[in-house]
Amino acid sequence: MKVHLKIKRFNPEVDKKPRWGEYDVEVEPTDRVLDALNEVKWNEDGTLAYRRSCAHGVCGSDAMRINGRNMLACKILMQDITTDGGTVTVEPILGLPVQKDLIVDMEPFFAHYRSVMPYLVNNDPLPANGRERLQSQADRERFDDTTKCILCAACTTSCPSFWARGEYVGPAAIVQAHRFIFDSRDQAAQERLEVLSEEDGVWRCRTVFNCTEACPRGIQVTKAIGEVKEVLRTGVIE
Amino acid sequence: MPQYHQFDALVVGAGGAGLMAALYASKGCNTAVISKLYPTRSHTGTAQGGISAALGNLEEDKWEWHAYDTIKGGDFLNDQDAVDIMCREAIGAVIDLEHMGLPFDRLPDGKISQRRFGGHTNNETKKAVMRACHAADRTGHMILQTLYQNCIKNDVKFFDEFQVVDLMIEDGKCNGVVAAHLATGEIHVFHSKATLIASGGFGKMWKVTSNAHSLTGDLPAAALRRGLPLEDMEFFQFHPTGVYKLGILLSEAARGEGAVFINDKGERFMERYMPTLKDLAPRDICSRYIYQEVREGRGIGGKDYVYLDFRPSEINKYFEADGNPKRIDAHYLETKLPDIIEFSRVYQGIDPIKEPVPIQPTAHYAMGGIPTDNDTRVLADETGKVVEGLYAAGEVACVSVHGANRLGTNSLVDLVVFGKIGGQKMAEYAKTASFRNVQKDVAAKEGLAELDHIRNNNGTERPGAIRKEMQVLMDDKVGVYRTGSGLEEAIDKIHELQARFKQIKIDDKGLKWNTDLMETWELGALLDLAEVTAFSALARTESRGGHFREDYPARDDANFLKHSMAWKNGAVKIKYKPVRITRIQPQERKY
Repeated sequence: MKVHLKIKRFNPEVDKKPRWGEYDVEVEPTDRVLDALNEVKWNEDGTLAYRRSCAHGVCGSDAMRINGRNMLACKILMQDITTDGGTVTVEPILGLPVQKDLIVDMEPFFAHYRSVMPYLVNNDPLPANGRERLQSQADRERFDDTTKCILCAACTTSCPSFWARGEYVGPAAIVQAHRFIFDSRDQAAQERLEVLSEEDGVWRCRTVFNCTEACPRGIQVTKAIGEVKEVLRTGVIE
Repeated sequence: MPQYHQFDALVVGAGGAGLMAALYASKGCNTAVISKLYPTRSHTGTAQGGISAALGNLEEDKWEWHAYDTIKGGDFLNDQDAVDIMCREAIGAVIDLEHMGLPFDRLPDGKISQRRFGGHTNNETKKAVMRACHAADRTGHMILQTLYQNCIKNDVKFFDEFQVVDLMIEDGKCNGVVAAHLATGEIHVFHSKATLIASGGFGKMWKVTSNAHSLTGDLPAAALRRGLPLEDMEFFQFHPTGVYKLGILLSEAARGEGAVFINDKGERFMERYMPTLKDLAPRDICSRYIYQEVREGRGIGGKDYVYLDFRPSEINKYFEADGNPKRIDAHYLETKLPDIIEFSRVYQGIDPIKEPVPIQPTAHYAMGGIPTDNDTRVLADETGKVVEGLYAAGEVACVSVHGANRLGTNSLVDLVVFGKIGGQKMAEYAKTASFRNVQKDVAAKEGLAELDHIRNNNGTERPGAIRKEMQVLMDDKVGVYRTGSGLEEAIDKIHELQARFKQIKIDDKGLKWNTDLMETWELGALLDLAEVTAFSALARTESRGGHFREDYPARDDANFLKHSMAWKNGAVKIKYKPVRITRIQPQERKY
């Protein structure tokens, strides 16, 4: 099918402000948006810049704003967002500085990620038999959903609170905190909760649910944020 | 003027092997990681089914059985002392990952859950054994996340989105790397005592591949250009279950949970070929028989694919036929294989719970690569001479633990075991070694010149066209089935593509985020590796593991129980070195 791509372009070495690049491409209905971008880059305009790697929704490189919603370009098929002769709009994710075309500076996002201590803390001696720590199936299941996060930033950059204030840690960092707070092996919940109870912590979440809709991994992000808020309210991790 | 950095130890690549090496090197010396991707984008994250270790959490198992399976799976080309290290250390490595926080699935008693995988057996009963430790079907994702988390915890220094374009090698010693900072286009010289290459695979030579766009063999190509050999390049694994046409991997865990291959007649054909392990025979064997079915007209609708069937009713039917008391339902599969079920739904519009899934073999894993010894030190030749200061681990390296065909789950075992050894060995080396002299402008000269050439050359050839032709050629001539004449044709065509590559023209002349430039540089790397792969395949006139020659269909231990080593100084030159055989003598490979 024939599709008109409208891509927001910005070359820091030439442009003073972003402009629209318009391209007509021939694609299969089952092609990914990423395939259409590759079609432009490889056959028409090599200067188009975007991140991509695994091309099947696992590495998290290619979160973009496609027809006004955050998605992974490699996990959405053309037939699911347009029809023959239709137009697809592609823009960089919002709230992070654009470096070139669809590439944004991810460092502020990863700084928020690092701020919640995204690693297991357990200071007990390791099992004397030299084997794994035991964990019940129910305890493991408790935080399963938030282990799926691929740090693509689709959630954080779809959040109006983050757009309004970049200091807000954002949904992705809270998801990471959740993954450890609810892990029965972890012992640093209190330190993480201190970070998340500060001015730019979980209370900036206004329960808009954009994050949950944007998550390409299907994580119930808003629910996870709600559970962290609940722990802060009650002091109990359940 | 290039920027300059100095570290005791450098790690190139931030997948499982690189992060493991960085964690352990940084305990003993000043370490930095250079990666062309953000670390969490690395391809380790796409590994699905599991990491094997003879924990014996469900049934009796021994690391010696794991080693035997690995060697038999590798068609006896593995260096057996290296395999012993890998399988013995796998147990501690998996426990280490759990202690670092990896959320493995659990058994009712709280221990790590394990499942079946192709080629992993109880050596006494010959039946499949539950050895693969897993976290749903995102085990690689959890390994990558856990290792990155621990690197943050331990303040490991990262240079993200820096792409290495040259190795600094002088007088047979490595002094670090030259890299381009993607965001700015600036050239950086990273001066080190020890450098470990952990840049992963290079499957983008092929069109139908499970590999990421970024897997372009930058470092092995750089090593070749610096006069170092690559080992066993003719051995590339074609995984039997790629999504038809797209090549996206559907984990062998599906078959571990009971899925079967079905041909156009509705027949479970693997039963005919491998009566004991059936659909859980190793990957090289399954891929070959899928294409045999296709060639004999039993592909689905006469086309070039077969079905992978994991409808619960079918799985239960085959469990019953096999005398397996286990029964599963849709909910069970959704819990155990959520990601691959979603891949089928998203990319094929097929619900695997209700319909069989069209699959075809997909270029998946490099058994060959940069030759190393068991301490991960890079080897300069077939006699075992070491390149001082240079190390390699993970898929990019050839230790060789996988021989002619890798068993499922062993990639993850390889990268955690040898990544750790590499990190430890670098830290030991850095304690006593001193920095060798480097003149940064001289060191950066060649890498910079190549980039400038690509950026400014005013030729007629577009990189996209050359890449496409190379990938189609490799699928056709250097795939699952190979012939001498087909390989000769491939070599001629690759030479033609290399000549055309010299006449390249790119659109982007800028410095910042010039992905046009870097993709084109990567294409040059892939062309060199394709050439070496085809030459190594032509020279091996036998069939073994992942390398199948229709004109030489039998394994030939008398002449080819040996590793190839390929150099490229203008023309490609092949030498050989013996396989290290310790306990297990080569035998006929039946399952």
